[in-house]
Amino acid sequence: MTAPGPGPLPDPPTGSVRLLAGSAGSGSPAGFADHLARYGPLPADSAGPWDGPAGLIDAVDRSGLRGRGGAGFPTSRKLTAVATGRGRPVVVANGCDGDPATAKDAMLLEFAPHLVIDGVLLACRAVGADEAVICVGEGEEHTRYLHAALDARRPDDVAVRTVEVPHRFVASEESALVNFLNRGDARPTVTPPRPAERGVGGRPTLVDNVETLAHMALIARFGPDWYREAGAPASPGTTLATIGGAVHRPGVHEVELGTPVGRVLAAAGGESEALQAVQIGGLGGSWVSIEQARLLPLTHEDCRAAGTVMGTAALVALPERACGLAETARALRYLAAESAGQCGPCMFGLPAIADDMADLVRGADRSGATLDRLHKRLTTIVGRGACAHPDGAARLAAAALRVFADDIDCHIAGLPCPWARSARWMPVPEETP
Amino acid sequence: MSEDAGLGMEVDPIMCRAHGLCAELLPELILLDEWGYPQLASQEVPTSLQAEAQAAATACPTLALRLSAGKEANPRS
Repeated sequence: MTAPGPGPLPDPPTGSVRLLAGSAGSGSPAGFADHLARYGPLPADSAGPWDGPAGLIDAVDRSGLRGRGGAGFPTSRKLTAVATGRGRPVVVANGCDGDPATAKDAMLLEFAPHLVIDGVLLACRAVGADEAVICVGEGEEHTRYLHAALDARRPDDVAVRTVEVPHRFVASEESALVNFLNRGDARPTVTPPRPAERGVGGRPTLVDNVETLAHMALIARFGPDWYREAGAPASPGTTLATIGGAVHRPGVHEVELGTPVGRVLAAAGGESEALQAVQIGGLGGSWVSIEQARLLPLTHEDCRAAGTVMGTAALVALPERACGLAETARALRYLAAESAGQCGPCMFGLPAIADDMADLVRGADRSGATLDRLHKRLTTIVGRGACAHPDGAARLAAAALRVFADDIDCHIAGLPCPWARSARWMPVPEETP
Repeated sequence: MSEDAGLGMEVDPIMCRAHGLCAELLPELILLDEWGYPQLASQEVPTSLQAEAQAAATACPTLALRLSAGKEANPRS
């Protein structure tokens, strides 16, 4: 490793820009020199604010850091599980942005690749791994920034390689990622065993999102108390929110966790026209009415209480001049096509609910039977897949039926809204029919 | 685990190919959805149905229906 001298650390970032502080001044990707100037060198085990691997895990524990890959699992518990597992551990960093509503992994790998690499090296120290894999989307342009950053570092105590993963929605689910690394099959497997017990090559495997690891790089330098100065008590720190839809500056913005969604939208330049709802949590998240969303703090707990999930903090602002049902039908069609096709309730259930929603949008059935059947199907498919993919699709559909209930009556009566034929706000890849 | 303890029952959703034998042999606890895949009314088998549950698990052509001594929930984070 290019041994960074044990000099004093610069002042920690203040405010809500932490992960992107290294590139904030220039607006261009942070090279290694920029990175060291902004954050200082990665503390050595003995010289840091923590002592040894156990001390590092303890610092992460006290910071309250939770995974940024969607589930929000406490990072220290994962670290502990892998560190105490049987066999030589492996670290896998997930930078795939598996949900098309999310673009933060790409942003981080392009603008702050050295924070990600720091986090990977720290995670290796914490669990005692000498091998790490950074997973990125296949053929992505930003991967060259990661390669350049790795070339600039050449860590000699850890073998770090990058692997390109197919662009499938379920491919970056943690068991699918491990399955891909083991067998080239990017489909989820039945758990347990979890990757922490038996993952890559049958070894204890830490799978963490690249943003989670980048936060760990800040905690290792500036400590858990500093980390908790931003965010909410149960969801500390900042997060990279991907904000799309009717806002002035769509894209990735770093915000404090716990920020009300209305102010998160303001961070993206604010509402560009009158809104009716916000889709929260990516394509497997759900809809929240604009009135409820504006005041909703962006945390896992608050989102769950509002019937959605925070997921990877992806938001889509839906304007009044849009049909929420048609947008949902299009997203469901995509999610159905992205089923790995392994579990019956997902393989058959998702196309069925996508058809039902499309029929509702077209007003194909004025009897209401389609709506009843859809309600029944939504309860039928939940919890019956190897992964949570069908649950996410069902949650999105159920939320649409709830939040756009008035619209459903009009559609069933044969009076669809004028925007039903031009669904375009949900960030669904174009090839989806 | 004593012999009297309830059996846990779960379906491996990837292995299951909707043959439906389980629902024929254990209709008290297993219904089929509209696509022919089993839905469990309970993840625990009462003592009175353990013989039927064993028969259903043995009959499954893909060994997707699994019984375990004591209920073990499948944790999902």
